[in-house]
Amino acid sequence: MPKLIDKQGQLLDNPWVLVSKDATLEQALAETSQHLLVHVALWNAHKDELRNSGRAIAVWLDSSDQADAIAADLPALPLVALNFPTFMDGRSYSTAVTLRLHHKYEGEIRAIGDVLRDQLFYMRRCGFSTFDLKDSVKLEDAQKGLHDYTTNYQSTVEEPLPLFRRRETSAAV
Amino acid sequence: MYRYDKYDHQMLQDRIAAFRDQTRRFLAGELEPSQFLPLRLQNGLYIQRLAPMLRICIPYGLLSSRQLRKLAHITRHYDKGYAHFTTRQNIQLNWPKLPEVPDILAELAEVEMHAIQTSGNCVRNTTTDQFAGVSPYEIEDARPWCEIIRQWSTFHPEFAHLPRKFKIAVCGTEQDQAATQVHDIGLYLVKNDAGELGFRVLVGGGLGRTPMIGQVIREFLPWQHLLTYLDAILRIYNQEGRRDNKYKARIKILVKELGVDVFRDKVEREWERVKDGPALLTAEEVQRCKQYFVDPAYETLPDVDSEVEHLLHRDVLFNQWMERNVHAHKKPGYRIVTLCLKATGSAPGDLSAEQLEFVADLADRFSFGELRVTHEQNLVLTDVRLKDLPELHRALKQERLATPYTGLLNDIISCPGGDYCSLANAKSIPIAEAIQRRFDDFELQKKIGEITINISGCMNACGHHHVGNIGILGVDKKGQEFYQVALGGSAGRQAALGQVLGPSFSQEEIPDVVEKIIDVYLERRSEGERFIDTFQRIGLEPFKEHVYAKAD
Ligand code: SF4
Repeated sequence: MPKLIDKQGQLLDNPWVLVSKDATLEQALAETSQHLLVHVALWNAHKDELRNSGRAIAVWLDSSDQADAIAADLPALPLVALNFPTFMDGRSYSTAVTLRLHHKYEGEIRAIGDVLRDQLFYMRRCGFSTFDLKDSVKLEDAQKGLHDYTTNYQSTVEEPLPLFRRRETSAAV
Repeated sequence: MYRYDKYDHQMLQDRIAAFRDQTRRFLAGELEPSQFLPLRLQNGLYIQRLAPMLRICIPYGLLSSRQLRKLAHITRHYDKGYAHFTTRQNIQLNWPKLPEVPDILAELAEVEMHAIQTSGNCVRNTTTDQFAGVSPYEIEDARPWCEIIRQWSTFHPEFAHLPRKFKIAVCGTEQDQAATQVHDIGLYLVKNDAGELGFRVLVGGGLGRTPMIGQVIREFLPWQHLLTYLDAILRIYNQEGRRDNKYKARIKILVKELGVDVFRDKVEREWERVKDGPALLTAEEVQRCKQYFVDPAYETLPDVDSEVEHLLHRDVLFNQWMERNVHAHKKPGYRIVTLCLKATGSAPGDLSAEQLEFVADLADRFSFGELRVTHEQNLVLTDVRLKDLPELHRALKQERLATPYTGLLNDIISCPGGDYCSLANAKSIPIAEAIQRRFDDFELQKKIGEITINISGCMNACGHHHVGNIGILGVDKKGQEFYQVALGGSAGRQAALGQVLGPSFSQEEIPDVVEKIIDVYLERRSEGERFIDTFQRIGLEPFKEHVYAKAD
């Protein structure tokens, strides 16, 4: 069962149909769903057709795509999905940070692809808001994974103040 | 030294709990080996030729006697009773059992130690000069800055899955014993004309298959921007570094392919976007970190001692040891002492549990309970009173830790090589030993003077062979172990990469080859020239001719 969860670990309905990277416009529109999640290349090539298709459209980026490629369209996009071709490919963490920090994107950022339990906390800190878990991941495990750490040292999207600006130093030394 | 507060402790406990659960899931078959692999690597755990290997972090090389005793206990209880000090200021255990690793980590946490990010494609342990804070030749103490970087790099959510490993060195001393220029990022503490503190930033240094010296991308970075600038560099690297070929994935390749100017522009542009964000360092935070590195309670002492003077004339061994292993200190009446772990016949960097405990006692007796680990695989007592030196020397002699070879030929840097490491092409420890046996004579070594020999068992260059004055690399020649020799490498402020001498040699030939190289040097050197100076003056040719000359 595919499982989509949010940062609280709640299961969500997923109306979005992922259109593969090599699909043509015709193939994309042949999908019956009212919610199409299309790759950025298709989006950039056929914006008007997609906008006028009567469907809700969202865009996904592969790990090699840059956030800047959709910068201008962000205000109109309800969802941007970022792919992890393998969980070892960490580029999408930086893409998420760039979307949030530089482009001030406030919509949903979804992790798709090789989304596993042990990376969820990091994804969340980098600004991902939903997680399309791999089939093999158990829901309870994923819910734990979202809370692997109590806090973190760095300035992150989720907690912009680094620990050194939050630390109560009275207890120290 | 830095002490954990509730936050540091909490994060370490979180990590141990997470790893315990990951290990459990792996052993239960819920986590695939390929999924467990990067998780265990980021906790320092390799699966090696003979057993797992656990690499324990020594943050920027600082250890307390309490930590050392804990390490001794761990080597005895979970391993075979000894530990190996690496060239990156870490410790390796070669025989831990996988199901016990979470317990080892829990024991380490009791003394504020861990194995976090000692391996894997993430930011590794930040290293520095072992004389930081006590050197008389220092611009600024690097330790607080290393601690600030340690915290920034620990579990950085954005940079846990980089294209490849990432190493940062910080150096505030003149002499630079941190090999700063061969790190992914090298940071020199500097002052500008107005006397303000900052960093000269180098990127793209590294050893391995494609050795390179780092290039300057910023002459002066005000200290407040340390973390924002690191974020900018790492973000560019994380997004643009190559992921199609692990041999081309280090930042040095990206810098080379883009050109340093293009790379710099990208970093600066990214930095412009983040530089005044919340990661901007505060004076309070720097102060908070600095207070952990204030001077210990030094006494006011004379800088001469009659017993020391007396022994210098009377005791040859003491004299030799003073000359090589005892170094100037910023405080009068104090000295820095190197414990050379290179006694002939013992593997470079190896210490038994008993020796660890013995050294811990020495640290308590002579040096405020602290010591340092060096990238030359030695240990350092940083704050020894001059008048205690005779007593310390007597104690060290008993444990064969008074070898007066620091900086001399027998102070060989070597990786564990084929005896332990599954990646090795060839053994390295027996090579080190064979050379040490050939030159095991203090007068001879003294005559030869300062020289570095570095040995790596394969291209991964853990023994830093590219920056050894004599660099020896294990290669595989039709299934046989052979050794390639290079000359002229150097790791300090004038970093240089060695040049390959010619066709490789068998294990038996190596001591002769080294001897021939030394012969050329001794014959050709001018007054006061070190090996590296002579090499730079006369070049590779004379060495090559002599080494490969046909016997008549
Ligand atoms: S240089 Fe090669 S043989 Fe030596 S420790 Fe590193 S990986 Fe192993």
